[in-house]
Amino acid sequence: MSRFRVSVQIVPRKGLLDPQGKAVSDALHALGFADVEDTRIGRHIVLDVKADSAAAAENSVKAMCDKLLANPVTEDYVIASTVTA
Amino acid sequence: MKFGIVTFPGSNCDVDALHAVTDQLGQTAVSLWHRDHDIQGCDVLILPGGFSYGDALRAGAIARFSPIMQEVKAHAERGAPVIGICNGFQILCESHLLPGALMRNAGLKFICDWVHLRVEGTAPLYLSGYTSGQVLRIPIAHGEGRFVADDATLDTLEQSGQVVFRYCEADGTVSAGANPNGAARSIAGITNAAGNVLGMMPHPERAVEALLGSTDGLPLFESLLARVGA
Repeated sequence: MSRFRVSVQIVPRKGLLDPQGKAVSDALHALGFADVEDTRIGRHIVLDVKADSAAAAENSVKAMCDKLLANPVTEDYVIASTVTA
Repeated sequence: MKFGIVTFPGSNCDVDALHAVTDQLGQTAVSLWHRDHDIQGCDVLILPGGFSYGDALRAGAIARFSPIMQEVKAHAERGAPVIGICNGFQILCESHLLPGALMRNAGLKFICDWVHLRVEGTAPLYLSGYTSGQVLRIPIAHGEGRFVADDATLDTLEQSGQVVFRYCEADGTVSAGANPNGAARSIAGITNAAGNVLGMMPHPERAVEALLGSTDGLPLFESLLARVGA
């Protein structure tokens, strides 16, 4: 068993209003960052997981996302990185 | 009729709900702790408002896994009444006992205010004390009350009469201006397909006596009483 640090990004699903993201987009435009087309604000979760391999750790985290960490109705998640912890 | 009011760590409308069904409706009620597995023969279960688990992760996401939720689910599956108010609605959606989800208010702010609701739908268990199209005045108090679901789910909810309350103007007109949180199709409350599980963001338990400013929430509980029996 090794220890892996798995980072997950969870963001509001595209197409659903993200009022925080919209407020930030508007602020960025006001600051002159006209190239910003969309901003979505979600959460970043870092988990230390015991597993036999990086793939096993990721599979475990995917199961956690499906069951608890992400809302399947409103959010999408992606595993951003997996490193040995 | 016996009510069970579930208290989760962070619930704060449980005593209001208890007061509404005992002092105002004249029924018996017990407080149930979220770790309980015994619902003590209650006919109706209420998941009250509040901030269960401090809204950690998402409102209702962790309360969904409280031990008593197994009993709430079994109660719902038996066709018995389950009411989720505010945080209770969020918990029912997270538990998949109701479709959709509640997201952050479109205006980002927590809103504590009176709203008007139009009664619709076909859930006699909760609506027999109202007339269809009746306009109610009931308070809201939430930061994450924007109901969302995909279009197919919204269509199904509307077509099957599961949308029971919609935010509206004082005259019953549904408009963007009367929608406090940006909810899809101005939806404030829904039931499951069977009509026994109700979720709503507004607080009927806070509108049960003139002293509170409205009695428009009382017929909801009286409808239950008429259907389930004293």
